[in-house]
Amino acid sequence: MEHIRMPKVENVRLLDRLSSRKAALGTLYLTATHVIFVENVSETRKETWVLHSQISSIEKQATTATGCPLLIRCKNFQVIQLVIPQERDCHDVYISLIRLTRPDKEEREQGWKLVDLNEEYNRMGIPNNYWQISDVNRDYGVCDSYPTEVYVPKSATAHIIVGSSKFRSRRRFPALSYYCKDNNASICRSSQPLSGFSARCLEDEQMLQAIRKANPGSDFIYVVDTRPKLNAMANRAAGKGYENEDNYSNIKFQFIGIENIHVMRNSLQKMLEVCELKSPSMSDFLWGLENSGWLKHIKAIMDAGIFIAKAVAEEGVSVLVHCSDGWDRTAQVCSVASLLLDPYYRTMKGFMVLIEKDWVSFGHKFNHRYGNLDGDPKEISPVIDQFIECVWQLMEQFPCAFEFNERFLIHIQHHIYSCQFGNFLCNSQKERRELKIQERTYSLWAHLWKNRADYLNPLYRSDHSQTQGTLHPQMAPCNFLYKFWSGMYNRFEKGLHPRQSITDYLMAVKEETQQLEEELEVLGERLANLQKSQLNGNKVKSKQQDRNKQPGLSTSSNSLANTPQEYSNDLKSFPSRSPSQGDEDDSALILTQDNLKSSDPDLSANSDQESGVEDLSCRSPSGGGCLPSEDSGKDSDEAVYLAV
Amino acid sequence: MKVGDAEDNSNGQELSLSRGVQRSGGHYCALFAPRDPCLHPEVPTCTRRSVPATQPEQPRGSCRQQVPVAGKLHRGSAATGTTMEFSELIKTATVESVLLSCAGLPAVKGTLCITSHHLLLSSCPGGDAQPGTVELWLLIRNVDAVEKRVQNLGWYQPPGTNGSPLDTRLAGSSGTITLRCKDLKVLQLEIPGMEECLNIASSIEALSSVDSVMMMYPFFYRPQSLRLEEGWHLFPLERHFQQIASQTSQWRLSHVNQDFTTCPTYPPSVIVPAAVDDDTLRKAARFRHGGRFPILSYYHPKNGTVMLRSSQPLTGPNRKRCREDEMLLGTVLDKGERGFIIDTRSAQAAKQARMTGGGTEPKSSYPQWRRLHRPLERGRPLQESFMKLVEACNDTSATMDRWLSRLESCRWLSHVKAALSTACLAAQCMDREEATVLVHGAEGTDTTLLVTALAQVILDPSCRTLRGFLGLLEREWIEAGHPFHLRCARSASSHARPKQEAPLFLLFLDCVWQLSRQFPFSLEFSERLLLTLFDNAYASAYGTFLCNNEKERCLCKVKENTHSLWAWLNQPEERTKYLNPLYSHNPLVIWPSVEPQSIQLWQGLFFRWIRSSQHLDEAWAEIQRLVESKDPHAKEGVGKRLSRSLSDPAAQTENER
Repeated sequence: MEHIRMPKVENVRLLDRLSSRKAALGTLYLTATHVIFVENVSETRKETWVLHSQISSIEKQATTATGCPLLIRCKNFQVIQLVIPQERDCHDVYISLIRLTRPDKEEREQGWKLVDLNEEYNRMGIPNNYWQISDVNRDYGVCDSYPTEVYVPKSATAHIIVGSSKFRSRRRFPALSYYCKDNNASICRSSQPLSGFSARCLEDEQMLQAIRKANPGSDFIYVVDTRPKLNAMANRAAGKGYENEDNYSNIKFQFIGIENIHVMRNSLQKMLEVCELKSPSMSDFLWGLENSGWLKHIKAIMDAGIFIAKAVAEEGVSVLVHCSDGWDRTAQVCSVASLLLDPYYRTMKGFMVLIEKDWVSFGHKFNHRYGNLDGDPKEISPVIDQFIECVWQLMEQFPCAFEFNERFLIHIQHHIYSCQFGNFLCNSQKERRELKIQERTYSLWAHLWKNRADYLNPLYRSDHSQTQGTLHPQMAPCNFLYKFWSGMYNRFEKGLHPRQSITDYLMAVKEETQQLEEELEVLGERLANLQKSQLNGNKVKSKQQDRNKQPGLSTSSNSLANTPQEYSNDLKSFPSRSPSQGDEDDSALILTQDNLKSSDPDLSANSDQESGVEDLSCRSPSGGGCLPSEDSGKDSDEAVYLAV
Repeated sequence: MKVGDAEDNSNGQELSLSRGVQRSGGHYCALFAPRDPCLHPEVPTCTRRSVPATQPEQPRGSCRQQVPVAGKLHRGSAATGTTMEFSELIKTATVESVLLSCAGLPAVKGTLCITSHHLLLSSCPGGDAQPGTVELWLLIRNVDAVEKRVQNLGWYQPPGTNGSPLDTRLAGSSGTITLRCKDLKVLQLEIPGMEECLNIASSIEALSSVDSVMMMYPFFYRPQSLRLEEGWHLFPLERHFQQIASQTSQWRLSHVNQDFTTCPTYPPSVIVPAAVDDDTLRKAARFRHGGRFPILSYYHPKNGTVMLRSSQPLTGPNRKRCREDEMLLGTVLDKGERGFIIDTRSAQAAKQARMTGGGTEPKSSYPQWRRLHRPLERGRPLQESFMKLVEACNDTSATMDRWLSRLESCRWLSHVKAALSTACLAAQCMDREEATVLVHGAEGTDTTLLVTALAQVILDPSCRTLRGFLGLLEREWIEAGHPFHLRCARSASSHARPKQEAPLFLLFLDCVWQLSRQFPFSLEFSERLLLTLFDNAYASAYGTFLCNNEKERCLCKVKENTHSLWAWLNQPEERTKYLNPLYSHNPLVIWPSVEPQSIQLWQGLFFRWIRSSQHLDEAWAEIQRLVESKDPHAKEGVGKRLSRSLSDPAAQTENER
């Protein structure tokens, strides 16, 4: 948070109101959400936490000999009296707290403007001769889980749309998700038709016809039902189902068997059980992973996305995607296909837009799926988690194609559940508008954007071949390409991860190179000025230049030499490490996962304490440190490097 | 068709093994042109390349002389005695219009030719409609299995041709040969004419199973850029010993095995406790399987602990003892000190070994030593695991679920995990417990070396440099008597019943790869070195991995008559190809995670020929670019740019703005 002028002040005294002699000496921390005071007494390290919103007034009192007193009054009648040694520090804390306790309206509003879907459709080249914005859903009158602004083919009149919506589950009529400027092919999405065994709807047939006509280069469209055929057939008995090729002119119908949310929920559960196994053997792990079926499901989603991307990019054919209600599998598949097709979505900003477009605006039920309020446990399912994993799997296959890194995905996943930002609250745009979410919460995207330096993929270059055009993941045989994502599912078991992070190292290298270049540029400018002002600048030039080079070189070699050592010292002292140790060397380049985590302020507001404790609790291989004692095999090292 | 033509065509382009190789100028001479240096040309790899690729320093004429070419391509220059013997095995030396296909590459048609050591294919010789030469240059030793299928049908149309009726063989018969190579590549040859097909197949089979070491390619291979004696004495044990002697006087270099009589599988010199004389060693050797008495494997400079290795003691059913062996192990430990014996067999297997004369050190006779059993797979089961894995990797029909269960059932990753865990245990005993360690299994030539070598990579930063790693291989695998000739005779695809084959060296390389993945900055060498080592262990132009031990190498005069792989790798321009751009010296122990989540299948090896690694290669190129932009040379470049911009008026105005 930019409002924090002073994140940490040492030697602060917390006065006891009853006896001023019992003042506790400690350190004051300001975070984005809390004021934290930690006592210095090493055994207890007692902590006092105050939420910013609890603060009712802050008062700076006259400086005394011992320091500058600061009085914080809280709405719960707590009064905290602090004495900060330096007047200047006290002032900074005061100013920071004033800002932090009063939310900034302008900043919040700006944040919500970062992602603008109309702008996004304009970027795609819409409205144009074939597509237009429709206000048919103005007051959510046609479909309450759709956004107010929906893009539809120009030839689809309000009559057709409304008619079609009546023939679709939850009235989710076909609407545009992605449009490919180059060949007019599009991806549309809807819910299943209410076809039952024989029902037809003229308007719905016209709607699909209109979508086909919006792509003059092709004489048919694909209708992709992302469900397994059996599920779709079962729906027919309930008066729902799928399109009959005979009733719709010029469609090619295709099933892609992605399982429903209940299967996915169970699959994740099974996989997490495997992750939790105590010292599993390789076989236990692989068996468990296989039995969970998780990677099979990921592959099914990817295959669907690949199919659609291929139809659009290579065949130039438009695709209508649906599942049952068109808000889970459809969202997954459309967004994977868009990601493959359009390099824009592989940038940081584009990815935010993609989630807003295919997930948030089209009514993915965030509250239900992620259990944000006490809801039906049967509604909970890791739908967007699977999408995020698909992105990661693609990142593994195309390391240079994405502007963002793994951490970006992990933080998005975290905030989908955190409810700290407003983006993922509620089930639809309608609900969000009713609750005035944008006026009462902040947008995650602004927060991530502000910290974008942390989320950059050092290998990304806008002129790299992998960032151009459509991505073509290998199709067959490609089972082995799908890997277990321990960075996500064993995220907090740091011992499992590579001990040295290539991403962070390269980021540091890149940053340093850039700094040097900038330095050079500045010096070059100065030199140029010098040259202008001095007639015989030749000597000066060469001297200056020598000097220029020196500082650059020395700083670089220093940091390079330091990094691995810092890292490994850390490793060496692992078993006997004290909780705070890992966080003190913040001068070091961030290389270890430990540091990574603690450097992220909002994933755990109290990260300083938390990560230290975790280091102790989740120690892996080199821990123990006891003697392997007997032939009997009851050694402590058994648990550590146990064979089989 | 002159040999020099390739050079004339040179335009500095180097293409290899990639799709869409530029085809221009079809010449036989391409067969003799240097192979693509990127793929380690002197190593038997299947290389397709375009003619223009040239590397003037490369041995050109020498290749021609040294490859005894038979048949049509035989230029007379290689008419030596051995060629005659080989030519008896070659039933058909050349066949025209052979269609070669290989996963991930377009099929090419050309003339196939068998020489005594190579299989060559040159496309469209002498001005066909399609100009260009795409070349196969395959060391026949690299062929693991030959599968043949013959058709006797007039209308047969070979798959891979695009249905043009002209392609249909009118001759009435043809055959397909599938070559499964030891480096796991699979090649298909469509050969017109049944008889030719069968002849070619049996020639390849015969040539690839020549078992005589002296007949192998390294004895014929003479690259111009290297001298024969180069690289054979890069890592003398004396120097290794001196390093140890500078820190402790408890060890001495013994030449007790000078004539290989004490232990036929040990090198002439070994490092032993200073307090033990050669006579005691000879007696102790008689109590150890194959004479492999305990010797020093690694001295840990950090705390002065040591790792020894040996073979099993010959305790036998009568619980025999050997005073000299007990003394040898006793002197290693001070009074009150404890040592650990890491037995790479299960306790039960070790006990059973007594029935056949082997066994373990009983506690009563070795009171200061504690045994730890860590069973590691070896022999047949390990070979079968390798075969099953390769089969699963090549099976394109498997679904996601079946893939994981097959990965599980082949158990390869379990072996990787077990090997790493055991090595970590040994390392932990030394580094953490400051205890002496003795490692042995049964024979002491397989899992023992796997553990001792791996533990050193984990413990010792000097083994993680390129030079140090090659030194480690020399010391702990080659001189230590890992029977490469027996273990690597056949790879994963062979149909022959495995006898002595087992991929222990591959398992070691895989474990090192796992370390490199977990510690991407700590190893100086890259994955490419590991792949090259794997390829060369199974089929090589160099003598480094020939024979089973130093004694055999002496008898075959390997060091006098073949080139050393190390010499090749040590050439400056080669060396840089095997370096890890991210390397930065890490003086500490690298403790890997051995949890299943942390152990991954080595895709770079097992899927090398199956999936395209283009995107990953691009990523490495990008990493290289980023890192290089940081190094001082690059910065000097920036400095130059600055000075240039100063003299450049356009840049100046830019600055003024």
